[in-house]
Amino acid sequence: MSDTILDIRNFSMIFGGLHAVNCVNIHIDKCEIVALIGPNGAGKTTLFNCITGLYTPTEGDITVYNSNKKTVRINGLNPNKITELGLARTFQNIRLFNSMTALENVMIGCHTRLKAGILGAILRDGKTRAEEQGVIDTSMGILKKLKLERYANETASNLPYGPQRLLEIARAMATEPQLLLLDEPAAGMNLAETKRLDYIISKIRDEEQITILLIEHDMNLVMSIAERIYVLDYGELIAEGTPAEIKANPAVIKAYLGE
Amino acid sequence: MKASFFKTLRTTLLNALWMMLITFPIMVIKVKPRESLVSWRWMNLLWVGIGTFSLSWIWRYLLSRRDKGSKLNAGRGREVLGLLWGKKKIRAVLLAALTLLVIWFPWIVNLYQVGIITSGLMFVILGLGLNIVIGYGGLLHLGYAAFYAMGAYNYALMYLYWGMQFWLALPLGAVSGALFGILIGFPVLRLRGDYLAIVTLAFGEIMRLLLLNLSDFTKGAEGIAQIPRAAFIRALSLQEATNYLFYICAVLVAFSIFIIRRLENSRIGRALEAMREDEIAAQSMGINLTRNKLITFALGAFWAGLAGVILAAKTTYINPGSFTLLESVMILVAVVLGGMGSIPGVILGALLVTLIPEYFRALSDYRMLMFGVVLVIMPIFRPRGIIPKLRKHYTVKEVDCSS
Ligand SMILES: Nc1ncnc2c1ncn2[C@@H]1O[C@H](COP(=O)(O)OP(=O)(O)O)[C@@H](O)[C@H]1O
Ligand SMILES: [Mg+2]
Repeated sequence: MSDTILDIRNFSMIFGGLHAVNCVNIHIDKCEIVALIGPNGAGKTTLFNCITGLYTPTEGDITVYNSNKKTVRINGLNPNKITELGLARTFQNIRLFNSMTALENVMIGCHTRLKAGILGAILRDGKTRAEEQGVIDTSMGILKKLKLERYANETASNLPYGPQRLLEIARAMATEPQLLLLDEPAAGMNLAETKRLDYIISKIRDEEQITILLIEHDMNLVMSIAERIYVLDYGELIAEGTPAEIKANPAVIKAYLGE
Repeated sequence: MKASFFKTLRTTLLNALWMMLITFPIMVIKVKPRESLVSWRWMNLLWVGIGTFSLSWIWRYLLSRRDKGSKLNAGRGREVLGLLWGKKKIRAVLLAALTLLVIWFPWIVNLYQVGIITSGLMFVILGLGLNIVIGYGGLLHLGYAAFYAMGAYNYALMYLYWGMQFWLALPLGAVSGALFGILIGFPVLRLRGDYLAIVTLAFGEIMRLLLLNLSDFTKGAEGIAQIPRAAFIRALSLQEATNYLFYICAVLVAFSIFIIRRLENSRIGRALEAMREDEIAAQSMGINLTRNKLITFALGAFWAGLAGVILAAKTTYINPGSFTLLESVMILVAVVLGGMGSIPGVILGALLVTLIPEYFRALSDYRMLMFGVVLVIMPIFRPRGIIPKLRKHYTVKEVDCSS
């Protein structure tokens, strides 16, 4: 189990004078479910944005270990390159392709693994057609896995809130990631939906061998599925450990409840 | 209900009063310096008041109607059309009828009409091209006429210096348009929305000014005359050449529809749309923004270059005055009016924009005004255009889930 796939060393992100994340070390092993928790404004999303290439870290190294043991330092790489390396994410404030259908949203996720160029699109030769059909089938399969198939031809913006969050996960899964980064996936979900999310996340890990790093405020969810937890507060990593250790950690209790 | 009525009345009255106040100096006071007289035209004040009041009232009425739930039936007509079009037999009959009509058309109308419709078709090509940039890529491009100019000058200059033929100039114009699109794409890669609009607008003007001022090379404002029409084996008479160009245009329109439809429903088309919807999410899904933006510009400019060559061959004379901002705006209006991203919409839009001013000559002086009104009204009342884009409906084979 100690195959590291993501290693973050001495990582800092500074906005102007604000240390959003300060000298943080995080490592994630293959097939783990790791949670990142902390009060609002702690720097969790910022960390995600740096890992996925939306921001370039001020300091430190973020290293990805590929499935074939190739190490790549991903600081400052373009987001699309990082996605190609097997990292995919969802967004805290849902960012679906709103006027496209749910199925098309998932099909976009397949983009990097397809080859058809302009010429292929125009000629629509056998290979391109087969590829297109493959995309539709794969995408539909992913929708089915998340029980979203009835929304397949529905415009994404017309979906209820919970299914929109799930659709973001479906879209990310279409990139065939090794590591899935989920930014507050349960935010705005009702109790039943959260329960199902719990099940879905475990299933994704168990069946697809996708490692998961999630930011979440719902402590029930975190405690039930996370195997390890990192706690951020004001950009500092204040604790790390199993759910039981975190629950008992005085620093964490102080950060959450105040003094 | 009543409260909202009085509220509307109040706002409308206030609007009218404001307008009266603002236009007071120009509408009411008239100074006649020679007779050193000032005449006060109070009646004008009244007209401004009444006019503003009624317009404002109508505006509010339309807005409230829009909010009440016209949402439900929006695009239903389009769906019926789509359904009919979906039936293979009906489609074949419609296409055959259309083809016959196109073939017959030059024989049943006069030369002048053929010329006008040819311009209309040219605009359809331009509209379809700009639609790739705006409708799919979501990049608001206001200098589209520069690409159009590129194609036209390409043919004209190559003819002038090397005696280039139309049929060779056509693909060359299109390709040089696309290359120029990429060239212009590089500096604006990081821009979006209003900023992109302003910069591309400037590009359009720079292009025109260059054509105007590099007069040793481009002949400046004087323009280039006697560009040959398209020849078919031998040189054609005016009548024949006009008809011939009409046919060429019709075929090119069909060609562009074919190509663009295929691009739309492909990996590339989807990537462009994703980019339009949300750049950050698109990037995070593995889409290379730089590459796709350049592709968008190149694909858009390709058609403008093509249309430019046709323009040069049609009018046989071009000068920088043919590629002003008005041209870019007209194409933009065609796209917005018809429906961004919708191929049938853009075709209708392009035909409306070119043919209405032609057939209602009296209106053509007010073109800019009308275009302005359209660009303001459409996004509010019919944001998806006259014929909105219909999303592709994927039918999926029912795979047995229980296994
Ligand atoms: N692009 C940015 N520019 C400046 N400050 C930012 C930026 N993004 C986030 N921040 C700041 O960084 C801190 C951490 O934010 P964030 O990572 O969103 O917290 P959270 O842990 O709630 O996800 C906040 O104080 C926020 O205001
Ligand atoms: Mg956050």
